[in-house]
Formats: sequence, C-alpha cells, structure tokens
Amino acid sequence: GAYDEVDDDFYEELEEALILSDLGMETTVRIVESLRKKAREQRLKKPEEVRELLVEEIAGILKTSEPGIIEAGKMNVILVIGVNGVGKTTSIGKIAAQLKSEGNKVLLAAADTFRAAAIDQLKVWAQRADVDIIYHQEGADPGAVVFDAAAAARSRKADVLICDTAGRLHNKKNLMEELKKMNRILDREFPDAHREVLLVLDATTGQNALQQAKLFAEAAPITGIVLTKLDGTAKGGVVIGIAGELKIPVKYIGVGEGIEDLQPFRAEEFAAALFE
Amino acid sequence: MAFESLSDKLQNVFKKLRGKGVLTEKDLKEALREVKMALLEADVNFKVVKDFIARIQERAVGQEVLSSLTPGQQVIKIVHEEMIALMGSEEDSRIRYSDKPPTVIMLVGLQGAGKTTMAAKLAGMLKKQGKKPMLVACDVYRPAAVKQLQIVGEQVGVPVFEMGTDVSPVDIAKAGIKQAAKMECGLVILDTAGRLHIDEELMQELTDIREQTSPSEILLVVDAMTGQDAVNVSKSFDELLNITGVVLTKLDGDTRGGAALSIRAVTGKPIKFAGVGEKLADVEAFHPDRMASRVLGM
Ligand SMILES: Nc1nc2c(ncn2[C@@H]2O[C@H](COP(=O)(O)OP(=O)(O)OP(=O)(O)O)[C@@H](O)[C@H]2O)c(=O)[nH]1
Ligand SMILES: Nc1nc2c(ncn2[C@@H]2O[C@H](COP(=O)(O)OP(=O)(O)OP(=O)(O)O)[C@@H](O)[C@H]2O)c(=O)[nH]1
Ligand SMILES: [K+]
Ligand SMILES: [Mg+2]
Ligand SMILES: [Mg+2]
Repeated sequence: GAYDEVDDDFYEELEEALILSDLGMETTVRIVESLRKKAREQRLKKPEEVRELLVEEIAGILKTSEPGIIEAGKMNVILVIGVNGVGKTTSIGKIAAQLKSEGNKVLLAAADTFRAAAIDQLKVWAQRADVDIIYHQEGADPGAVVFDAAAAARSRKADVLICDTAGRLHNKKNLMEELKKMNRILDREFPDAHREVLLVLDATTGQNALQQAKLFAEAAPITGIVLTKLDGTAKGGVVIGIAGELKIPVKYIGVGEGIEDLQPFRAEEFAAALFE
Repeated sequence: MAFESLSDKLQNVFKKLRGKGVLTEKDLKEALREVKMALLEADVNFKVVKDFIARIQERAVGQEVLSSLTPGQQVIKIVHEEMIALMGSEEDSRIRYSDKPPTVIMLVGLQGAGKTTMAAKLAGMLKKQGKKPMLVACDVYRPAAVKQLQIVGEQVGVPVFEMGTDVSPVDIAKAGIKQAAKMECGLVILDTAGRLHIDEELMQELTDIREQTSPSEILLVVDAMTGQDAVNVSKSFDELLNITGVVLTKLDGDTRGGAALSIRAVTGKPIKFAGVGEKLADVEAFHPDRMASRVLGM
C-alpha cells in the first residue's frame, strides 16, 4: 500500500476501491464504518492489518452455504433465471458438463422459446456437455416445455433437470408472471425433489443487480447466484450488498466462455480480488 | 423507487441550512455531496463523479447560487445543464454515410450487450428510411450466433450474409461487403462476436476488420445496467478502434443508467441510439436530456 499510516486518506482510498468494485455507496459506507470501529477496538496500526480485516469482513458477509447445488440420491430440479444476456444459457452448459462428469444423468429444458436461436444455442451446449435436451418450437409456451421436460426427466430417470429461461427484465410484470408460472409447474411436478433457483448476474452490472435480485426473488425463491464474466475487469461487488440484504449466497462464478470456465465461489478469494 | 428524489434531498439540505442565515461555500459542498451520492448510486464512475462535482462547484459559486432564493433549484439546474452538455446534442444520432457505397457500420462490445439484436434493429430502422441494408454474420464463436442473426434479419426483412463458422471474421466481412455491392445494398452492418476489452487476440481481430473494411461507423454497444467498469470498457474499445459512437441497450429496465455519463466523459463520443426492448422495433434516437433526468432520479 501507498500508506504507512491508518488515517482518513487510507480509509478514503479503501472506500474508493470498494465503490469502483460496484459495492455501491450504502454498502461501502456501512462496511468502512464498521471497519473503522473494529480497527480502533483492536488497535490496528498497520494498513496491511486493516486491509486484511476488511477482506475478512467482506468474506464474512459472503460466507457461503454448503457448496454444491444437488443432493445425491434425489431428483434435482434447477431453474435458471435472470435478465437478458447475463450468461444463463452458457452457465447451464457449464453446469451440465460438470454434473455429468460427476456421474449424474442430466436433462436440459429449453424453456427460452422467445429469444432468436436460443433453442439452437442450448442444443449446442447439450451436445458439448453430452446430455439430453427437451425442446419445442420457437414461440411455443415455455410452461409446456417445462411440463414436458418434467415428464421426460421422470421417465428417463434423470438425476438433474436444468431449465433454461428467457432473459427478462425484472420490471416487466407479465414476464415475471410467466416465470412464476414455470416455477409453480416445477413445484407441482416435483413436490419431493431437491429444488434450486439460480439467479445469474453479470459481474459488469452496477447497482441495478440489487433490484434484479429483489424482484426475481419475488417470482421464485432464489437459492443461489451465478456471477458471470469475472474474467473481465469488473469485480462484481454488488453481490456483497445482495448477500448482506437478501441473504442469497453466490454458488458459482463464470470466468470465460468455455465449458470449463465455471468455478465454485470462494468468498475469501473474491474479497481479496477487490483490492488487486 | 427506493430513492428519495434528488430534488427533495437538495430541498431539505438547503432548508436546514437556510435557518442559519447566509449560505456559505461549505453549505454548498454539503449539497453537492448529495449530488455526488445520487450519481454514484446511479453507477456513474467514481472518478467521473469527482471531476463532475468539481466542475459544478466552480460554476455554482460563480453563479452566486449562494445568494439565490431557491438554491436547491439553482443547483439542480446547473447539474442538469452540465449533464446534458456532457451527454451531447440530439443531432448526434445521424448515421454517417460513405461517399463510396456500401457504407459499413460495425457493431462491437462486450458479451451479451445486445449487438446482434441492435444490428437487426438498426437494419430495420434504416430500411424504413429508404436504405438497403445487409447484415453480415461475423460472430463465428458464440453458439448459434449466425442462426440468431439470420432469424432477426428475416424478421426485419433484411438479407443476411454468412459463411458459417470456419472462415475468419475478417474474410467474412470482406466477402459480405462484396456481396452487398453486387446486390446493390448501400449499407452493410457487421455483427461481431462479444469480447472482453482485455482479450488481446479478439481485440486485434476487430482492428483487422476495421482496417480491411474502413467502416463509416464503429458503434460500441453498451448495456445500460453496466456499473463502474463502463469506463475501462469504453476506454479500451475507443483507444483501439477510435469508435464513432455508442449505443445504449436495455433502457427499458429500471436502471438509472449512469454508465451513459461515464462513457461520454471517457470517450467524448456521441451516444447515438438506445435499445428500449427486446422487439426489433424497440430502438430510439438517444435523448441526452431525458437521460440526464433519469440518471439524477428525477
Ligand atoms: N467472458 C465471459 N463471457 C461469458 C460468460 N458467461 C457467458 N458469457 C457470454 O455472454 C454472452 C451471453 O451469454 P448467454 O448464455 O447467451 O446469456 P443468457 O443469459 O442466456 O442470454 P439471454 O438468453 O439472451 O437472456 C455470450 O456471448 C456468452 O458466451 C463468462 O463467464 N465470461
Ligand atoms: N429488454 C431488452 N433486452 C434487450 C435489448 N437489446 C437486447 N436485448 C436482449 O439482450 C440479450 C442479448 O442480446 P444479443 O443481441 O444477443 O447480445 P449480443 O451483444 O449480440 O451478445 P453476444 O453476441 O453473445 O456478445 C437478448 O436476450 C436480447 O433479446 C433491449 O434494448 N432491451
Ligand atoms: K450484460
Ligand atoms: Mg439464454
Ligand atoms: Mg451477438
């Protein structure tokens, strides 16, 4: 660090780093205030020590639930949701490949029937991951796709069903209703399955991601976040506010466009990377 | 919206201060702190905000906001004016045409920003204006990208040139332009693959396409929800390609869209168009004044 003293300039520098990482004003101020207090209490004198404490603090907010998204020996159903272009379909391809390599029988449902060539895109990923896919025509009812995929998952004795959905902005009431309906179908079809609802967030997104998380959570109970595009220069710090406020853990990070470019989320590494 | 509006906040700050009698420069600073917060919450880049506030401060003091009867309104007016000045003028949304047709428009940007959709939107819009556009599929990487462009091209009734995914994007672009000349299409829109600004190999590919096709317009397509990173992204693309303009997408969401301000501050290039929906008719000329109000949450 450029500072050998823990003074106001030092804290301002930290604040700047956090804001530039998209933590947002509110979260940044809250975290830095709490940090000042703790540093005083613990009589920390070295910038290094305070920075370490900050990383710990942030990692604490992000502390993940159990890693992994499936339960062995159970039917697992994963619904993947999020706004347009964040990386839902790509992440599904990566997750499918990973679960398949762990010995699971995976089935994909192409319930994005709206986006041009979304079905073809998921088909390519199904092929790459070497898993089955259920799809209808472009323009078909996504609920019907989910319904069919549920039946297929049962009859083929799949371990995991992953449903792709069309990207939608959270402020579009009718599209959010459509999502609720898909989730209800899964509830009804799989009362005993292990359920996950993954919200995909793009790390380049600013404070709007908080709003995304809030409103998507109203449509379906989000169990985890996939934070994509962390291979760029964006830090994705908005998930800290989301974890703090909504208690939604980050499960995976996306670090590229390849099938291998998915990693489990590690809170300490993520927090440390904010200051790199 | 969870935010108290900036006007209300400023009104309150000044009301409090007014009780004390004469306003000082320090009081103004407090008011500008509220402006700063609002801009940061709207995702305007930290450094851009700092410079911006310094400029407002200077102007506000000069214009004697301090002795005004409605200092809150005064400050907002100055902020608003400065934002529009930064955001550019309305005429900037015209396309530059080449003297030697076909005119080439190249769309570039990060993954998932909305390039392919915007390519079709622009094609449809310019077709309505009497042009004869052709779309060229230069994304050979993303699964089903060619198919996607074919579908949206058909939806707007514009021919799509493609050579599959085994040919280099540079060669596809060149061949596309030749084909357009043959078909007497005066306008070629190149859809390129999404890429990170730090991906040297793929950024070089864009440089190559540019050198081989001399586009009249290189438009950087940016997601309006982008946060602090908008500065890094737009700077890199602009430095490498000397972009001619920006297109902001997904403005139909509820983001405040501070990225618009960051991009303008960093590149100085006009924001020409806005994507306001998933449908191919959902494209508009960019309105700096509306955007200024939106970023300020007013
Ligand atoms: N660099 C990078 N690109 C990614 C990552 N994940 C996805 N992408 C790219 O982002 C773009 C959008 O990804 P998609 O999977 O189509 O996103 P989506 O959310 O399904 O999009 P819609 O269905 O249109 O809403 C594609 O070009 C992907 O290759 C990532 O982790 N890093
Ligand atoms: N709501 C909304 N969605 C949009 C807008 N523009 C594009 N989209 C959606 O955003 C997603 C990504 O759009 P694309 O056009 O595929 O983006 P791209 O930049 O070509 O993506 P890559 O080729 O993967 O880099 C799709 O789901 C589009 O329907 C817009 O203005 N509003
Ligand atoms: K995006
Ligand atoms: Mg998709
Ligand atoms: Mg594209």
